Amino acid sequence: MRPVSRRDALALPAQFTALALAGAPDPAHSTPAEAAAEIEKFTGGAAVEPGKITIDLPEIAENGNSVPLAIDIDHPMTAESHVSDLLLIAEANPWPRIARFQLTPMSGRAAVATRIRLAGTQTVRVVAKTSDGRFLTAQKQVKVTIGGCGG
Amino acid sequence: MAKAPRIKIPNEVRKGEIIQIKTLVAHEMENGLRRDQGGTLVPRKIINHFACTFNGKPVFACELEPAVAANPYLAFSVRVEESGIFRFSWIDDDGTTIEAEETIAVS
Repeated sequence: MRPVSRRDALALPAQFTALALAGAPDPAHSTPAEAAAEIEKFTGGAAVEPGKITIDLPEIAENGNSVPLAIDIDHPMTAESHVSDLLLIAEANPWPRIARFQLTPMSGRAAVATRIRLAGTQTVRVVAKTSDGRFLTAQKQVKVTIGGCGG
Repeated sequence: MAKAPRIKIPNEVRKGEIIQIKTLVAHEMENGLRRDQGGTLVPRKIINHFACTFNGKPVFACELEPAVAANPYLAFSVRVEESGIFRFSWIDDDGTTIEAEETIAVS
């Protein structure tokens, strides 16, 4: 949505001005509660602890249509103990889920990279599930200059 | 699908080496929120699943959502213990599957 300048606002009839300034609810964004629900679905309500997860995301993304993202988790990748699943969540996107990765001991290293869409400035969260049933998380804030989810 | 997927993978590796595989497939990843010039919503059409197997064993898989950028790029690691064939598949919402394979030799 285009920001409403003071000049624009004054030029409009009063009732529209009030509406514009109040900011109509934006259907194209999910809520933090929906994001939390997605994480809950992934963990099944288990405790989530901070993990040694490196999230490589630009601090400022000029174009939300394609933001490079790389994740590297400092965790062994053996048959006994490995990262089996990775969930990516963007709280302020139309749908909080970005992707879910399934890794195996054959991965050798819990590292993935992709390019994502971000609808606006927000926090990207990563939740990793290990083969022994633990959940690790990390998050990173990204400033987005131009949002990338249509709408 | 017009273009073949692009896959970057070393031809030859040492036994036990961890390599990175980079894949890219041409796809608009239409997220279902965009409107065309007439103002009607363009229906969702994305690649929703990617999988990679090595000699028939699953190595890596991914469920993608509309929040993955157009022309989805995916990079991941694999520890290679033997020579063999990597098979890759991308599945579209409409059921179309794009497939590719790459061989690797252990020296």
